[in-house]
Amino acid sequence: MTEDLQELSLHIELKRPDEVVATEIAYGELNVTVTVAGLVNFVEFLRADRNCRFSTLVDITAVDYPERAQRFDVVYHFLSMYQNARIRVRVQVREDEMVPSIIGIHPSANWFEREVYDMFGVIFTGHPDMRRILTDYGFRGHPLRKDFPTTGYTEVRYDEALKRVVYEPVKLTQDYRQFDFMSPWEGAEYILPGDEKQGAK
Amino acid sequence: MMDGSRGYDDAQTGEQRIRNFNINFGPQHPAAHGVLRLVLELDGEVVERCDPHIGLLHRGTEKLMESRTYLQNLPYLDRLDYVAPMNQEHAWCLAIEKLTGVEVPRRGSLIRVLYSEIGRILNHLLNVTTQAMDVGALTPPLWGFEEREKLMVFYERACGARLHAAYFRPGGVHQDLPDDLLNDIEEWAHAFPKVIDDLDGLLTENRIFKQRNADIGIVTEEDALKWGYSGVMVRGSGMAWDLRRAQPYECYDEFDFKIPVGKNGDCYDRYLCRMEEMRQSTSMIHQAIAKLRAPEGKGDVLARGKLSPPKRGEMKRSMEALIHHFKLYTEGFHVPAGEVYAAVEAPKGEFGVYLVADGTNKPYRAKLRAPGYLHLQSIDWMASGHLLADVAAIIGTMDIVFGEVDR
Repeated sequence: MTEDLQELSLHIELKRPDEVVATEIAYGELNVTVTVAGLVNFVEFLRADRNCRFSTLVDITAVDYPERAQRFDVVYHFLSMYQNARIRVRVQVREDEMVPSIIGIHPSANWFEREVYDMFGVIFTGHPDMRRILTDYGFRGHPLRKDFPTTGYTEVRYDEALKRVVYEPVKLTQDYRQFDFMSPWEGAEYILPGDEKQGAK
Repeated sequence: MMDGSRGYDDAQTGEQRIRNFNINFGPQHPAAHGVLRLVLELDGEVVERCDPHIGLLHRGTEKLMESRTYLQNLPYLDRLDYVAPMNQEHAWCLAIEKLTGVEVPRRGSLIRVLYSEIGRILNHLLNVTTQAMDVGALTPPLWGFEEREKLMVFYERACGARLHAAYFRPGGVHQDLPDDLLNDIEEWAHAFPKVIDDLDGLLTENRIFKQRNADIGIVTEEDALKWGYSGVMVRGSGMAWDLRRAQPYECYDEFDFKIPVGKNGDCYDRYLCRMEEMRQSTSMIHQAIAKLRAPEGKGDVLARGKLSPPKRGEMKRSMEALIHHFKLYTEGFHVPAGEVYAAVEAPKGEFGVYLVADGTNKPYRAKLRAPGYLHLQSIDWMASGHLLADVAAIIGTMDIVFGEVDR
């Protein structure tokens, strides 16, 4: 299994040196990082190449790393039913950067790209219908970004006087509970009581 | 005035100009299988365009999962495809096990297979019979739901809940099965083929059912790849692709089962595939029970270690076990940093979990890949050119459940 992946990874690196930034095999899965500009060509290569034939798009998603300059990882999963192999392709993008859409190669990318736009605000160029998909009509913000609060910003309720559903800013009767389970010996961000004496020594 | 009320546009032929008709299908419609809103553009009765508006059941599962521990996240997986809950849990457990490198004991693995197959029958029973209801038959769902009820009792006896099981845990399953449960499941599995035969007699050669399903929603091999289909949607088109066989997980490689494939790729073939899969699953249930009864199938059901709670008896005597129990259910276990994609052959298709762990007790990012999401997205392509009434048959054959599509 791993030898096959190594072979495949070498083959990909050899054939597409310009687009591939890095390859890695971890947990029995092949990860390939590619450049944003080379993404479409690379995906087309994966689909068409006889040794790859990654003809099924399994998933597109993104991961937010707010502390990085290239904030988002857009992650593609492909499956080859012919070679019985999987591959993960990743591009790193800045917040203001756009990703080329791969709808031309995989029509099934349509909703996935809409979802990534909806959840992370990454815009795909060349997508025919870049609307929100899962969130409410008229929703603002991108929920899966790490700086978006889990509670959101608005809440809805039915207003008896207005006889319609109204949107209001979230009011919490109790703070949203985020437990910190790090032991104070490992994760305390303050000086533990008594520890201040250590400095005096 | 474009609706023809102005009278004839063409004096010679007497033809009218008629504008296309837009209708809203759902969000509340018995054939929508949940909260689906379709905006349909019709030319007469023929669908020209079909725009699904999804997200009405969006609960932000993936966002919620980022602030909960791995174990607390497990029940969220039940609430995705609530028709076959344990199959989803399975993918989550596999992802964690892949990262932590935990080996599931044999008995735990066999119970997982047993309940995955029960889940498959639960799902197919619901799908086949309600799809039949969408095209006009009332009896199948009544018969099918009776069997579903019995299966849900098996769920209940294993884990205490009929639907939201939280039974598969990282490292195995939560508890061992009660002694008489295996006997009862076996007894049920002996009687069940008769029920499939009954359903078969009601539907397979039924003229109306055939007219409504044969040659509707034809998917070729190329289309299936293009739209990223999985599960029965692929197998109905003649590709014998099944993750249980192609990329065996758990102990599926030692089970003997056949993969039914369709020939024409229409709704009728997919119906036949589902019926045959139920028969295959019943046979796998028999095999799993036999393996569970064999001496090597006895033993613990959970890999004892960091991921799983200590035994009750140990907790009474050992302080370490007590601390472990407390830490496991408050802080939870830590999963080494890394990213994995674990997929199972859920009844609807490939259900996958893409897990990014950062070494803490909570997932950094968890993406749930639902098969129904891809199936539903192609409805515009599939329904175009069909009659309005066929839309109901197509939604049924795609096996859409909104818990997993909207997440």
